Amino acid sequence: MQHLIWIIPLIPLLGAVINGLLGYRFIKTLGEEKGKRLIGQIACGTVFISFLISLFSFIHLLLRPIDQRVLVNTVYTWFHIGNLKTEVSFLIDPLSGIMILVVTGVGFLIHFYSIGYMGHDEYDEQGHRYISYWRYFSYLNLFAFSMLLLVLADNILLMFVGWEGVGLCSYLLISFWYRKQANAVAGMKAFVVNRIGDFGFLIGIFALFWALGRHGIWTVNFRQIGEHAHLLAEDTILGIPAATFITLFLFLGAIGKSAQIPLYVWLPDAMAGPTPVSALIHAATMVTAGVYMIGRLNFLYSMAPVTLTIVALIGAATAFFAATIGLVQNDIKRILAYSTVSQLGYMFLGMGVAAYGTGIFHLMTHAFFKALLFLGAGSVIHAMGGKQDIRDMGGLRKYLPTTFRTFLIGWLAICGIFPFAGFFSKDEILWSVFNHSNPVLPFLPKLLWLIGLLGAGLTAFYMSRLVFMTFFGELRSEPAEPHGGHGNDARLRDQGDTGPHGHGDGELQGHGNEEVISLSPQREPHESPWTMTYPLVGLAVLSVVGGWFGVPHFLDPVFGGHGGVVSPAAETGEHSTTLEIFLMMVSMAVALGGMAVAAVMYLVMPELPDLLSIRFSRLYDLLLNKYYVDEIYQAVFVNGLLALTTASTRFDLKFIDGIVNESARVTAAFSAFNGWLDLRFVDGIVNTLASGTVFSGSRLRKVQTGQVQSYLFAVLGGVVVIILIRTFI
Amino acid sequence: MEIVARLAYILVVIPGLISLFMLEKHVLSWIIFFPLIGAAVILFLPKGQEELMKRVAALTTFFPVVMAFYIFLKFNRTSTDFQFVEHASWIPYFNIDYFLGIDGISVSMVLLTALLSFLCIFASWGIDKAVRGYLCLFLLLDTGMMGVFAALDFFLFFIFWEVMLLPMYFLIGIWGSPSRVDPDGMVRGGPYAAIKFFLYTLVGSALMLICILYFYFVHEPHTFNMTKLMASNTSYSPRAQWWLWVALYIGFAIKVPVFPFHTWLPDAHVEAPTAISVILAGILLKMGTYGLLRINYPMLPQATVQFSYFLAVMGMINIIYGALCAMAQKDLKKLVAYSSISHMGYVLLGMSSFTPEGINGAVFQMFNHGTITAMLFLIVGVIYDRAHHRQIEEFGGLAQQMPIYSGITGLAFFAALGLPGLSAFISEALVFLGAFQRYTLITMISVTGVILGAGYMLWTMQRVFLGPLNPKYATLPEINKRELFTLVPLGIIVIILGFYPMPVLNLLNTSLVQLNELVRSFL
Repeated sequence: MQHLIWIIPLIPLLGAVINGLLGYRFIKTLGEEKGKRLIGQIACGTVFISFLISLFSFIHLLLRPIDQRVLVNTVYTWFHIGNLKTEVSFLIDPLSGIMILVVTGVGFLIHFYSIGYMGHDEYDEQGHRYISYWRYFSYLNLFAFSMLLLVLADNILLMFVGWEGVGLCSYLLISFWYRKQANAVAGMKAFVVNRIGDFGFLIGIFALFWALGRHGIWTVNFRQIGEHAHLLAEDTILGIPAATFITLFLFLGAIGKSAQIPLYVWLPDAMAGPTPVSALIHAATMVTAGVYMIGRLNFLYSMAPVTLTIVALIGAATAFFAATIGLVQNDIKRILAYSTVSQLGYMFLGMGVAAYGTGIFHLMTHAFFKALLFLGAGSVIHAMGGKQDIRDMGGLRKYLPTTFRTFLIGWLAICGIFPFAGFFSKDEILWSVFNHSNPVLPFLPKLLWLIGLLGAGLTAFYMSRLVFMTFFGELRSEPAEPHGGHGNDARLRDQGDTGPHGHGDGELQGHGNEEVISLSPQREPHESPWTMTYPLVGLAVLSVVGGWFGVPHFLDPVFGGHGGVVSPAAETGEHSTTLEIFLMMVSMAVALGGMAVAAVMYLVMPELPDLLSIRFSRLYDLLLNKYYVDEIYQAVFVNGLLALTTASTRFDLKFIDGIVNESARVTAAFSAFNGWLDLRFVDGIVNTLASGTVFSGSRLRKVQTGQVQSYLFAVLGGVVVIILIRTFI
Repeated sequence: MEIVARLAYILVVIPGLISLFMLEKHVLSWIIFFPLIGAAVILFLPKGQEELMKRVAALTTFFPVVMAFYIFLKFNRTSTDFQFVEHASWIPYFNIDYFLGIDGISVSMVLLTALLSFLCIFASWGIDKAVRGYLCLFLLLDTGMMGVFAALDFFLFFIFWEVMLLPMYFLIGIWGSPSRVDPDGMVRGGPYAAIKFFLYTLVGSALMLICILYFYFVHEPHTFNMTKLMASNTSYSPRAQWWLWVALYIGFAIKVPVFPFHTWLPDAHVEAPTAISVILAGILLKMGTYGLLRINYPMLPQATVQFSYFLAVMGMINIIYGALCAMAQKDLKKLVAYSSISHMGYVLLGMSSFTPEGINGAVFQMFNHGTITAMLFLIVGVIYDRAHHRQIEEFGGLAQQMPIYSGITGLAFFAALGLPGLSAFISEALVFLGAFQRYTLITMISVTGVILGAGYMLWTMQRVFLGPLNPKYATLPEINKRELFTLVPLGIIVIILGFYPMPVLNLLNTSLVQLNELVRSFL
C-alpha cells in the first residue's frame, strides 16, 4: 500500500490534464451530450479512484499498531542543493489520513454534484453560446491534486506547492465566469490577499530552515523538524524567540489562507465562483489548510505560547466578528461565507489552546455540514433560476423536499444540536478553551470561552434566519427566467451564478415581492436532478454521524508525546465530568436560544426585523456594510500602494532618467562647445599655419629668380654675414 | 530559384553535419561561430528572397541547439574544472590566447542562448524591413553572446563583449520603432533607445577594459588568461581590489541592470522589436550577473566579501523598486521590462548570500528568468502584432477571443510571479533560503516582492484578459502556429523544471559550490 500513495494526488492531476487539453475536443468530436458525459466521468472517476486508494491506505493505517501509524512514500528527489535536500515524498499519518478522506470523499461528492449543476449552456453578452464545462472540471481536478499535495506532503516546501496550488485553483474558479468584471476582480483579490499570507508563510519556512540549520540540522522534512524542534528552545531570531518568530510568520500564512482577521476579506467575495466551488474550496477543504498546517507543525506551536495565545485570540475574534456580519446579510451564499469565516475562527480557537485534535475534529465535521449547506444553497439557487437573495425566497420546503430535509440536518449540525456532528466538535472546542490555562494571560480562557459561546448563539440565530426565510413561509418571488437564446442574464446580472435553467419559454415577470404569488405548475421551483440531490443525502448522513467517532483520540499519536512547553488542554485541567456536562447544557441552551429568537423574528412576528433595523439603524448599517472594512482597506492599503507605485515611476522617469538625459544633454552641449573650439581655435591654428605657409611661400617664390648673378650675390652676402658673426661673437 | 534555395540549405547543412562529427573536441568553437556561416550564406542570397533568408537563419540557429543538447548530455556534473576546453595561442607577442571553456556558471547560459536564438528567429518572421541586414546582425549577435559565455581569455572575452554590442545597437536603432517627439518634449524612439543603450554599455566596457589592462600588467608574466588570474586572486593590494571591484561592478551593474543604472532598459525594450527584446532580457541582462560571478567573485574575493552587504541591498532595491515601477506602467512591454529589473534583483540577493542555496538559486534564477521573460516578451509581441498598441487599459476580455493565447499567458504570468510547481519558484525559494541565513531583515523585506509580483501580474491579467470583451477586439485572430512554436517549448521547460529541476541544477551545483567555498574562505 505504502508505495501507492503517490497515485492519490497524481490521478486527479491526470484528469485535469486530460480534460484541460482534450476537453474541448471531446465536445467537438463526440457531440455535446456525450462529450460532457465523458468529461464528467473522467473528473469524477479520477477523484473516486483517489478516494478508494485513500480509503485503503486509511484502513491499512488503522490495522497498524498505534505507535506505528505512519506511511511514507518517497517518489524522487525534488532538488538537492548544498544542505537542502527536498524530496517529493508523501506522508500518511492519522492527521493526513483524515484529511485525504475528507478531501477525496467530500471532493468526490461535489464533483458529482457539479455534473448536474454545471450542465447548462452558457451564453455571453452577445448571446453566443459557449461551453466551459471542460474548463470547470479541469480546474476542479487540479484543485483536488493541489489539495492532496498539500495534505500529503512530507516536507514544508512541497506543502507550499500544494498551498499555492489551491490558491491558484481558487483564483481560477472564483473568476471562472471571467466575463463579468466583478468575478475577475474577486479572483484577483483572493490571490493577492492570500499572497500577503504567503509572504509570512515563506518567511516562516526560511526562518525554520535556518534556525535548525544553525544546529547542524538542515531539513525541511516535517518528521525531522519534529525530532529536532526542541533545539530551538533557547534560540532567538531578531531578538524574538525562534519558535515564536517562526510560528507567528507561519500563522500569517494561515490567516490568509483560512480567512481570519485581518485577511478574511477575500472569502465573501470568493462567492462569485460557482456554488460547488464555494462548497469544496471555500468551505470544506482549502480554507481549512491553515488549521491543518498548525496541526502538522503542532510541536512548534506548542513551544510558542505567545503565538498560541495570538492564534486563540484571532480565532475567537474572527468567530464572533464574522458571525455579527452574518446576522444581517441577505445573499444566501454570503451568509454561508461569513459563517465559514466564523467557523474557521472556532477551529483556530481550538488550535490556539493546543487542543489540536479538537480543532481538526471541527475541521472535519465542518467540512461535512458546510459542504452540505453550500450544496443545498446551490440547489436553492438552481431552483430560483440564479436568485441568491433570501428575501426573494420563502416556502421552498414545498418545492424542494430533499434539499429542505438535508438542509435541515446541516442547519442542526452547524447550530450544535445534539447528536449532530457539529455539536460534538464545537462543544469540545469550547470545553478545551474553558479548561486550558494560559501562562500569559490567566483570565483569557474564560473570556475566550464566553466569546465562543456568544458566537455560537449568533451562529444559531443567523442560520435559523436563513432556513426560515428560505424554506418556510410563502414564496416571495418567482424564479428568474432566462429568455430564450439571449439569456445569460441570470449569470451575468446576478452573482454570476447558475446558468439559464431549463424551464419553458415565457416573459420575464419581475414583480411580486411582498404579496403571495401564485405560480403555474411549470413556473414553480423544481427540485434539482438526482445528480445533485444524492450528494446532498450523502453529506447529510456524514453530518449526522460525523461526530460519533473519537477523532481527537485517534489523532493522539500525531499531537501527543512531544516535548513542547504547552501540552494539550484536556490533560492539564482536571477532568470534571459534571462541569463538562453543565457547560454542554449551557452551549446547547444558547444555541436553542438563538434558534428561538430567530423563530420569533422570522416565523411568528415577521414585521419585527424591519422594526429593529429601523430602531437600530446605525448598527444595522454598520453590520450590513461589513464594518466598512473593504472600504477602509481600499482607501488605506490599495490606494496607498498605488500612490507609492506612481511616485516610484515618477521618480524613475523624472529623477533618475532625468539625470541620465540631463548628463547626456550636458555632454552634448560640451561637445558642441568643443566642436566650436575645434573649428575656431584648434583648427584655426592649423589653418593659420597653413595659410601662413602659403603666404610665405608666395613671397619667398619671388626670391627664386633663376638668375645666376643674383644667387652668387646672395651667396656672397651670406659669406660676409658669417664672417662678421664669427669675428665678433 | 529552387536551386538557390537548395544550395543555400546545403551550404548550411553540410558544415552543420560536419560539425556534428567534430563536437568531441571543438563543440564550443562550433557553437560560437556556426551562426556566422549562416550569416555568410544569407549575405549572398539574391534580393527578394526574404522568406528563404529567414529559413536559412532558422536552420543556422538550429544546429547550435543540437550542440547545446550535446553539451547538456556530455557535461560532467561532478567536475569543477572547465570543460570542452579549447586552448591555442593566438597573438603570442601579447600572450593572447584563443581559450574557450565552460563550467557550471556558464553552461546554463550557453544552453539558454542557443535555445532563445533559435526561437527568436521565428519571432522575427514578421520583420519585413531590410531582412538580410537584420538576420546577419542577429546571427553576429548570436556569435558574440555565445563567445562571452565561453571565453576564458580576457582579451577574447572583451572582443566578444564588443561584438555583441554593435549589432544590438543597430537592431534596436533600425528595426525598432521610429523616432518620435513625446509630449514632454523628449525625442524618443528606436534611435534614442539605441544610443542610450550603446553609450551606457560603452561606459561599462570602458571601465572593464581598464580593469582588464590592470590585471594584465600587474600579473607577471603578463596574461589575459582568466584561470591564471583567478589563481592569483590575492596578489592585489586591498585598495586596488576595491577600485577594480567598483569599476567592474559598474560595468556589470549597467548590464544587469542594477538600480540606479537601469533606465536604459525600459526604453530599449519598448522600442526594440520583439525578438530583440527577448534576447536583451533573456540573455544580455545575464551577462551582468555572469560577469560578477566569473570575474569579481573569483578574481577579487576579498573585495567581494567587503561588498556583499552592498550587493544584497542592491538586490533588495531592485526587487522592490522594480516591482513598484512595474505596477504603475500603462504599457504592457514596459511593465514586463520593469518586472525584469525586479527579477534580476533575486539573482543579486542570492549571489550575495555566500551559501550554496543562495548562489545556486541565483544562477538558476538567471536561467529561469531567461525562459520566463522570453515568454512574456513573446506574448507582448503577439498582441502588439494584432492590436498595434500595448496600452493595458485599452484591452479587456481577450480571454474570450483568444483562449489558447490567454492560457499560455496565464502560465507565463504565474511562472513570473513565482508560483510553486513552476521553475521560478525553486530559484526564488533557494535564493531566499540562502539569503535568510545571512541577511535576515533584508531578505524579509525582499520577500514582499512576492506580494507585489502577484499584484502587478494578476492586475494586468485582469485588465487585459478578463472582464467583458472590448468590442474593438472582437475580431482579433487567435495565436497562430508559428507563435505557438516559440512559446510552447519555453512553457514546457518552465513546467518540467518546476517539478524536476535537478537536470539543470546538477549542471550548476559543483562549480558554484566551489566558487562559494572560495569566497567564503575570505569571510
